[in-house]
Amino acid sequence: MSKLSSEDILKLARLARLHLSQDEVLQYQKELSSILGYVEQLDSVDVSGVEPTYQVTGLTNVTRTDELIDYGVSQADLLKNVPTKEGAYIKVRRMI
Amino acid sequence: MAHWKNIEEEAAAVASKETSAVSNVEKALKLIADNETYGAVLSILQDRALERAKQIDQKIANGESVGRLAGVPFIAKDNFLTLGGETTAASNILKGFQAPYQSTAIEKLEAEGAICVAKANLDAFAHGGSTENSDFVVTKNPHDITRVAGGSSGGSAAAVALGLAPFALGSDTGGSIREPASFCGVVGLKPTYGLVSRSGVVAMASSTDVIGPLTTSVQDAALVLDVMAGKDPLDGTTIDRDDSYLPSTHQTDMSSVKIGIIKEYMGDGLDDEVKNVILKAVEDLKKAGATIVEVSMPSLPLALAVYYIVVPAEVSSNLSRYDGQRFGYSATDAKTLDESYELSRSVGFGAEAKRRIMIGTHVLSSGYYDAYYKKAQTVRTKLIQEFASAFEQVDFMLGPVTPEVAFKIGANADDPLKMYLIDIMTVAINLVGIPGISVPAGLAHNMPVGLQLMAPQKKDRDLLALAAIYEGIKHE
Repeated sequence: MSKLSSEDILKLARLARLHLSQDEVLQYQKELSSILGYVEQLDSVDVSGVEPTYQVTGLTNVTRTDELIDYGVSQADLLKNVPTKEGAYIKVRRMI
Repeated sequence: MAHWKNIEEEAAAVASKETSAVSNVEKALKLIADNETYGAVLSILQDRALERAKQIDQKIANGESVGRLAGVPFIAKDNFLTLGGETTAASNILKGFQAPYQSTAIEKLEAEGAICVAKANLDAFAHGGSTENSDFVVTKNPHDITRVAGGSSGGSAAAVALGLAPFALGSDTGGSIREPASFCGVVGLKPTYGLVSRSGVVAMASSTDVIGPLTTSVQDAALVLDVMAGKDPLDGTTIDRDDSYLPSTHQTDMSSVKIGIIKEYMGDGLDDEVKNVILKAVEDLKKAGATIVEVSMPSLPLALAVYYIVVPAEVSSNLSRYDGQRFGYSATDAKTLDESYELSRSVGFGAEAKRRIMIGTHVLSSGYYDAYYKKAQTVRTKLIQEFASAFEQVDFMLGPVTPEVAFKIGANADDPLKMYLIDIMTVAINLVGIPGISVPAGLAHNMPVGLQLMAPQKKDRDLLALAAIYEGIKHE
């Protein structure tokens, strides 16, 4: 189960939006198989009757008032980090 | 290296005009420049720090009240958003990123008059245990420049060990404060999950990420926690705080204290000299009156496997926001939107970030989710249950932080699994959510060794009190 093929790696890379070189595919095939081999020691653990834990605070449905907080941040400050822009718009490549 | 007094004394010296905030900032900046060879610091916030220092000195001159940390310089791990410079998380994809707002932790420290002077190196996105995964520079250990400083808060730990500033901030997802603190011989506190707001800290694994201080003393760690702790409307996972986290300096009686030494951490794989340092600490605690018993948690050896499923899963989700469109590195030669995502992420992320994204994507993918992710979260429940029953027998637990002292730079670089195994004694309490601290306990192979102390959830104050007592008695 832990042995990943190069097709598996390419499929994962596609899902994760990563472009991998041929060398990287071989490298990750080896490394991921080894790491997954290690974590598969959990396969033999009996967890019958045990529920999973996704968070540890016990807090539920934390909400806050939906109000505007003034951070003193301008539109220009926010646009400063945008790689490609046109006026006050973020410019991306066409989607459809 | 003792370039600074403790934080309280430094703040008092500024408030009484014995020194000034400006001279403190200038001193820190000079120390940073003089120690560049260690690679502890990625960038300085000179203009903003000096400007804030001048304002604080002016307030004092005017007789206005200043905060508890007035004029005390500090260094923040570069995954804390800060104004006045770059926040990169030591990653190429965030190179040049100018944060539009600051993390809550920094805001709270600044409100008390502390001054962030620089940003510390880390494993990119806090992925690692040696700071060798930084996309920019490897941090060297101040005790031996051929060895790693630990990680991922390696820059913060080295900065405090070098005395560049009185304290530094780090983040701890699976040991990233405690491990470098142990390797560099400083105090590193991982608070209870949820006690300190993570708003404005670059997210790694949201169900285990905590932030905390690295300092030269337990008293200083308690003071910094006391300033940072508490609920934050900007972080829905924050919990209620205690009135104070400052341990009483006079408290030394340990006759009613019961501490469990964790059996699973003292067995095979633990370096003999490291083990001797821990056993010496146990003797010191016994002499001071504490009762020491052995505790065992059979699922503990599984914690690392749980961790390396849960954390990459959350990492792959948290890192999906880096898409090269709104901020960060963007590939200019992409023709389509998809190509733009793929090329930006492939160039912008280093090997370890990609590795974790791929593992996370795999364990969350259709057909594997139950076998990996859900199973890991279920074993996590078993761990939580075993810690809870152990804490029915004892007030605290102890063990080493790592099986070995700081290793040589490059020694584990060719095998990611071997690198992950360094975290074997630190990850469990992140999964469980309880507090832990690394306190310098002695030397093995002439390198620092930390004693790891742990307390039940929300017992951070008791943990700090115990750590302060240990710190006081250990050399007797």
